Amino acid sequence: MSKILTISPSPHIHQESSVSKIMQSVIIALIPALIWSFFVFGLPAVLTTLVSVIACVGFEWLIKKYLLKVNPSVSDGSAVLTGILLAMNLPASLPLWIVIIGALIAIGVAKMSFGGLGNNPFNPALVGRVFLLISFPVQMTTWPINNNAVDATTGATPLALIKAGLKSGTPVSDIMKELPTYSDLFIGNIGGSLGEISVVLLLIGFIFMLFKKIISWHIPVSVIGSIFIFTGILWLINPDQNINPVYHILTGGVMLGAIFMATDMVTSPMSKLGQLIFGVGIGVITVCIRIWGAYPEGISFAILIMNAFTPLINKFVKPKLFGGKQ
Amino acid sequence: MLRTFKIGGIHPAANKLSANKEIENLPLPDSITILVAQHIGAPSKVIVSKGDKIKVGQLVATSAGFVSANIHSSVSGTVSKIEMVTDSSGYKKEAIIINVEGDEWDESIDRSPKIVANFDFDAKYISNKIVSCGIVGLGGATFPTHVKLMPPSGMKAKVLIINGAECEPYLTADHRLMLEKGEEILIGTKLLMIALGVEKAVIGIENNKPDAISNITKLSEKYNDITVCALKVKYPQGGEKQLIKAVTGNEVPSGSLPISVGAVVNNVGTTFAVYEAVIKNKPLFERVITVTGKSVKNPSNFLVRLGTPVGNLIEAAGGMPNDVAKVVMGGPMMGKSLTSVDIPVSKGTSGILVVNEKEGHRNEIENCIRCGRCIEACPMGLEPYLLMPLAENKRWDDMESLHIMDCIECGSCTYTCPANRPILDYLRLGKSTVGTIIRNRK
Repeated sequence: MSKILTISPSPHIHQESSVSKIMQSVIIALIPALIWSFFVFGLPAVLTTLVSVIACVGFEWLIKKYLLKVNPSVSDGSAVLTGILLAMNLPASLPLWIVIIGALIAIGVAKMSFGGLGNNPFNPALVGRVFLLISFPVQMTTWPINNNAVDATTGATPLALIKAGLKSGTPVSDIMKELPTYSDLFIGNIGGSLGEISVVLLLIGFIFMLFKKIISWHIPVSVIGSIFIFTGILWLINPDQNINPVYHILTGGVMLGAIFMATDMVTSPMSKLGQLIFGVGIGVITVCIRIWGAYPEGISFAILIMNAFTPLINKFVKPKLFGGKQ
Repeated sequence: MLRTFKIGGIHPAANKLSANKEIENLPLPDSITILVAQHIGAPSKVIVSKGDKIKVGQLVATSAGFVSANIHSSVSGTVSKIEMVTDSSGYKKEAIIINVEGDEWDESIDRSPKIVANFDFDAKYISNKIVSCGIVGLGGATFPTHVKLMPPSGMKAKVLIINGAECEPYLTADHRLMLEKGEEILIGTKLLMIALGVEKAVIGIENNKPDAISNITKLSEKYNDITVCALKVKYPQGGEKQLIKAVTGNEVPSGSLPISVGAVVNNVGTTFAVYEAVIKNKPLFERVITVTGKSVKNPSNFLVRLGTPVGNLIEAAGGMPNDVAKVVMGGPMMGKSLTSVDIPVSKGTSGILVVNEKEGHRNEIENCIRCGRCIEACPMGLEPYLLMPLAENKRWDDMESLHIMDCIECGSCTYTCPANRPILDYLRLGKSTVGTIIRNRK
C-alpha cells in the first residue's frame, strides 16, 4: 500500500465546534434586537453599526498586519462581534467619528494590546463604550428619538428621568407618571442605546444562545436576579424614594449587559459557581451606582469591575475534583 | 432512572456501524507475528527457538514476573524467526514469527461448543488457570487479570463490576459478545466472583445497547447474585473510576486504586476469556475485534487470531478505502494511530478504525477563548485549559498541585475544544514528566 498514514495522538475525532461558529451564533442572537434598533432609530442606527463593525475589523486587521506582523486573519468573527456590541452600547445619534474612536479603543487598547482574542482581561466593547462615556459625556447621553414611541416628546432614558426626578425631590409616584409603561419597556418603545431597548428581543437572543449551548443561564440569571432582589429590598424599605425592582430590571442596559456583555467567555469566570459569584457582583455594583452613584446607569462599570476579579475567582473557585475531599 | 457518573463527560456520535454484524472467523494468515509484550508490565520471556514446530495454544513465552503474562501461539506451524518488529507504540519490540501450517490445536483444549455451567472449582484453581492461560484485561489497558484478583493486604473486594459500557464510539466487539456469548460471560462472571471471594457482581451496560441489556438481564435471572445495571450513555463511562461511580455511587479517592472502595472491574471480553480458560482450558490467543470506519465497505466483527497483521482485517472488511487518513488501533477517543498496516493485533486490540480524510482533518489551532468547555467535559474535575499552558511552560510543580496525575487521558478536553487546541497532548507530556519526578523522589 502506497498511501502514507497520518500519525497523531488520540483523540481521533473532534466535536467540530469552532471559535468562529460560536461568534456566529452570538451574532445571530443579537440580530433581532439590532433590527429593532434600525426600525426605531432609522438610518443613524444602521450607520453607527456599519461604521463600528468596519472600524473594529479594520483596526484589528491593521494592527495584526503592521504592528504585530502576524497573519492578519479576522475570520474568527470576534472583531465583527465586538463591532456590533459596541454599536449596540452607543446612542444612535453619536457622531460617526466618535464611533471610530470607540472602535480604536475597543480593539487597539482593550483587545490587541493584550495579545488578541482570548487574552484580554476586559470586555473590549465595554472598554470602548466607557472610554467614550467619560470622554464625550454630552454626546454619549444625548438620546435620539424613538420613532415607534407613542409619546415621542423626549429621547431621555427612563433611568435618567428617575435620577433627575429623585434629585429634585419629586415623589416616585409622580416620576412614574412621566415614565414609559412596562409594555413599552418590554417591547422597546423607549429611548436609550441602540441595542439595549427591547427586553423581549434580547430575551429571544438569550434563549437562542441557551439552546445552542453557547452560554449557560448562570451569569444572566444571577445578574438580573441580584439586581431584582437588591432593588426589591430598597423598594420595600422606602417605596417613596425607590422605584420598584421590576422597573429596574427592565430599564437601562440590564438585559443587554447581563445576556451579551457579562457572558463574554474570555472575561468571565470558568466554573459555574464562579459565574454565579461574578453575576451577583455585577448586580450589586450596578445597583450601587444606580442608587448612590453619579451616573444613572452603572452596568457597564459593574461588568468591567467584575472582569478584573475574574482571574481571582478562577483561582479560588475550582471545579470539584473526582475523588477529592468532600 | 438510568445511572451514570456525575462529573463531566461528553456525547460523541456513537457510529456503531457494525452493531448488527455477527462475529465471523477471520481466515488464517500465511504468517503470524506474536509480540512478547502484549500486556502492561514486564515483557514475557521467549521459550521457543527458530525451527520449532508449534501447535495452536502452545506456550511460546512465559510470564516474567508478577505483573506479566504468559503468551501462547495462535496458529500451528514453524517458528521462522525471532526478531524486533514495530508495534502500535511505534517502537521496535521483540516478536516471534511463525509460518502457518494447517490448524492443529493442542489436545488439552476443549473445542466442543457445549456450554458448561456446572463446575466445582475453588479460587486457587481459577486464578491459577487465569495465570497459565495468560489472561489480561481486554478492554484496552491489558493489565494482567490475576493481579486484580489479589488485592493488597488489608483490602477486601466487595463487588465485582463487569464492564459492558463500551463507551468508545464505533466499537462493537463487546456488544456482539454480550449478544452471542451471554451465557459464557455470566459463567465467567461467576468464576471471577469465586476467585475474588465476593458475593455480588454487577454488569454495567450503556443504554444504547438495549438488545445486550435484555439478553444479559434474561440470562442473569438464573443467578441471584449477578445483576445488570443499565447506564445512561456518556463517554468515558467505561473508564474504571467512572464505571464504579456510575454503578455503586462510590468515588475512588484521588490517587487510590478501585480496591480502596471494594470494587474490582473486569471487561466483558476478559470475562469471556476467563470462561474459556477455566472451563475449556483455552489460552488467550484469539479475540473479537471490530473493524470499522465511515469509509470502510463492510464494517465487521471478527474473531481474530492474535498476531494477524492489521492489513488482513481491513482487507476482510472490504479493503483499504482510498480516502484513508489514519488507521487506529482501538477506539477513536483513546486508540493509537498506526505507522503501518503490517503491525499485528494483540491482546489489547478491541478495534481497528479507519479514519477518513474528512474525519481526520483538524483546523488550525487558535487562542484559548476560555469558554470552559474542557472543564465541563473533564470527567476527573481537572482544569485542562490551565494545565496546557503550564505544560508548555514546563511548570511541573504547578501541574502536580493541580492534580495532573488524576488525568485518565480520555481525550474529552481535546474533543470539545472549539479552538482546536491539542490539550491532551500537553497533559500527557505533563503527566509523564510529573510521574517521573514523583518516582525519583522516593
